[in-house]
Amino acid sequence: MRAIQPLSAFRASRVYSALRNTPYISLLPAAFFLILFYFYPLSAIFIESFSRADNVLAPLAAVFTSPALLKVFGFTVYQAVVSTLATLAVGLPGAYLLARYRFPGQGLLRALTTVPFVLPTLVVAAGFNALLGPRGWINLGLMALFHLNAPPFQFVNTFGAIIVAHVFYNTTIVLRVVGDFWSRLDPRLGYAARVLGASRWRTFREVTLPLLAPAIAAAALLVFIFDFTSFGVILVLGGPRFATLEVEIYRQTIALFNLPVAAVLALTQLLGTFGLTLAYARLSARLTVPLSLKPQSLTRRPLYTWRLRLGAGLIIAGLVTLLVLPLAALALRSVARLEPERGQTTPTQPGFTLAYYRELSINRRNSLFYVPPTAAIRNSLVIAGTTVLLSLALGLPAAWASVGPRRRFGSMLEALLMLPLGTSSVTLGLGFLVALDQPPLDLRASPLLLPLAHTLVALPFVVRTLMPALRSLKPRLRQAAAVLGATPLQVWREVELPLVSRAVIVAATFALTISLGEFGATSLLTRPEHPTVPVVIYRFISLPGALNYGQALALSTLLMLVCAASIMIIERFRVGDLGEF
Amino acid sequence: MKRVNLMATISLLLAACATAPVTPIAAPATQTPPTPRTLTVMTHDSFAVSEDVIVEFEQTHNVKVQFIKSGDAGEALNKAILAKGNPLADVLYGVDNTFLSRALDEGIFEPYNSPRLADIPDTFKLDPSNGALPVDYGDVCLNYDKAYFAEKNRPPPARLEDLTQPDYKDLLVVENPATSSPGLAFLLATVGHFGEEGYLQFWKDLRANGMLVVNDWETAYYTEFSGSSGKGPRPIVVSYGSSPPFEVIFAETPPADAPTAAVVSDGSCFRQIEFVGLLQGTKNRDLAEQWVDFMLSPRFQEDLPLQMFVFPVNPNAKLNETFQKYLGLPQEPAFVSPADIAANRERWIEAWTEVVLR
Repeated sequence: MRAIQPLSAFRASRVYSALRNTPYISLLPAAFFLILFYFYPLSAIFIESFSRADNVLAPLAAVFTSPALLKVFGFTVYQAVVSTLATLAVGLPGAYLLARYRFPGQGLLRALTTVPFVLPTLVVAAGFNALLGPRGWINLGLMALFHLNAPPFQFVNTFGAIIVAHVFYNTTIVLRVVGDFWSRLDPRLGYAARVLGASRWRTFREVTLPLLAPAIAAAALLVFIFDFTSFGVILVLGGPRFATLEVEIYRQTIALFNLPVAAVLALTQLLGTFGLTLAYARLSARLTVPLSLKPQSLTRRPLYTWRLRLGAGLIIAGLVTLLVLPLAALALRSVARLEPERGQTTPTQPGFTLAYYRELSINRRNSLFYVPPTAAIRNSLVIAGTTVLLSLALGLPAAWASVGPRRRFGSMLEALLMLPLGTSSVTLGLGFLVALDQPPLDLRASPLLLPLAHTLVALPFVVRTLMPALRSLKPRLRQAAAVLGATPLQVWREVELPLVSRAVIVAATFALTISLGEFGATSLLTRPEHPTVPVVIYRFISLPGALNYGQALALSTLLMLVCAASIMIIERFRVGDLGEF
Repeated sequence: MKRVNLMATISLLLAACATAPVTPIAAPATQTPPTPRTLTVMTHDSFAVSEDVIVEFEQTHNVKVQFIKSGDAGEALNKAILAKGNPLADVLYGVDNTFLSRALDEGIFEPYNSPRLADIPDTFKLDPSNGALPVDYGDVCLNYDKAYFAEKNRPPPARLEDLTQPDYKDLLVVENPATSSPGLAFLLATVGHFGEEGYLQFWKDLRANGMLVVNDWETAYYTEFSGSSGKGPRPIVVSYGSSPPFEVIFAETPPADAPTAAVVSDGSCFRQIEFVGLLQGTKNRDLAEQWVDFMLSPRFQEDLPLQMFVFPVNPNAKLNETFQKYLGLPQEPAFVSPADIAANRERWIEAWTEVVLR
């Protein structure tokens, strides 16, 4: 397998050392991508928007003197802070459990907790409503128990619903970013502290926590930006009394067609993200210490005492309640016969049916745009696969350059890569339309635009997941291998890549789930003949009728299964994991 | 045994090889059609059509119709406006009367006096220059859960005014006009019905009577409305006059009667009329004209109800029976002119927000 032709090996290693010594080159692909598919479209739409105002200052003044819009800004920050803290509170114990212990069903738990990330908001809302809504199990149970006439517990249209939904969506970020880094920390550092007499708490506070800090900061930043730019959750679960900047941008753009004001709001959101990212980059560079990462087989222990098992059980129960129960409620409703209950208030499900699943494969109306579920799943997977490859191809060199000797450029690029996450998808969608309208880049209605847009969102995840791992590579390893006669390419392939393989897998998982969940892509033009799964789900749920609703739930359940299965398959890949040494 | 299998396989393979090349040679020899041109039609996401209808058009005119879906009606229009200098498509379908003025002010359409317009009643022709030609219409009306009112032995609401009565306390769910198209249409119905001077008082009364507001139709209909399969708690919702037939046609087992009905008394619904237009700068004007003629012809018009659950504007088109039986078709919907809507939409929404949400 290793028999590379000497000449090409030589050439490859020449290329490699060139890359190593001039890290800008490895930044180039990502930078070029960003300029072409992000900065160019974005500036085009901003210029177009401001040219529609009489003068540039008017919309600025309109935004910053409007108490209503200032309130929106305040609320956006406030809900994002609360959501991020709540997500960390739920995610960190889970990350600890997944990082430090071995137990049966671990892979399944990890896959299931990722599934929320890919689900369309309307579907998630249906899942939560089946549990917590006015006719959800909890309310019906309480009503039956205490003989109440009205549902005692209000979930939809509350601030709590926003927070719970954000935790539901984003906990997986903490579990993955923190958990996977944690699983590589050498537990002996902690043991040493314990042996030296430190208490459990002190060991955590003074040894583990500082070592974890970069990963926690990275996760918190990603979660915060997602919450900061939240749209669907606020709209559907928060209700009309709550608005974030993103919701307001949408309203200004679509309902009012006030592009100048929308542009000012989008810029504000963008600058907020950028400022935060720069602050984070400084912080994280200071926090990071090179560590020797260990294989999971060495860091993970079985749950060997009853106390440990009990604690683990509680954490798992918590995660399952928050993240899996709404999914289960959704899946259950997709097989529950809804029809006979019309107009009744009894909670009992009268029967089970696979009718909605069968109906998915029938083109009852002879519709031109009908696609069988298998075709939609294939479309989604093809786009997700493209996104994974593209974002790894761009992200790996970029992350690698970012941690190299010329880290200044790297951390700048890293901050820039974050920007698409903080960008209003309505704005960027219109930007593509205005900017990419001439051959050879007339991508306005091209099927290529979808993986490109998904890659924009996936790249920051990929880079951010890879960087802590790459940063922790000790230069000595590379030097030692070089001294022993390995070419730079060999060092990369045989020493460095295996050490970061786990991070590569996590990065690939993020790219996959981001693409399957279609973040922000709804504002793109689509060709109806190749719809992805979320698009078909929206087609169903926007029509009245039991079969339409049932099919939306059935297809959502299939999306969950596809997502869980893909994650479990990805995690089987081991690019020469350390555990195999 | 093995030998026989092998022989069978070989002969099958041979047969396959022998027959495979024959077909492709035969096919192109018999027919050599000129390569079809492509007509691009931009629509909103709810656009749907039967396959055979499109195939018929494509074959008649030797054309390939490429559809592009561009979001909801408002999003599609915005995109068409932003792409004005370099149009994305030849035709835009799906601008409705609540957005019509925006489209006309931006001048995105090329006027076209289709011969088919002669068949269509004048009430639908809101653009005298014929840049935007009416295709279909639908009414936003209150829907109610029949079983709820039968069980309580109470009459369902008959007019908008009923909703402010104590009998209908806590029963209504509506959509936010700032984020939802039926929500905006219902706000316009109240403006048309109660007038500028009365509509806000009506909304104040509704709020006092326990009305619930949500942002989108999906939440209103599937989460809150008891007549849908989402089994919500509230028996009255703002939806479409055509929602009841949906509940029959898309039932798992066809029910004897529709579980819901629409309130269609005079002035209680708002009529959304959808338009099609040739996009300024189209390079296929002849094809685009043929497409618009086709959309207004009975063939396409008869396909509309069961695909998009809207009504044809061409009176020569025949309606499906089930559809006709359960749909709520108001004789006299509330009316607000597109010019008034364009001039006041923002102000009405702001005033509504102030009264209902704050």
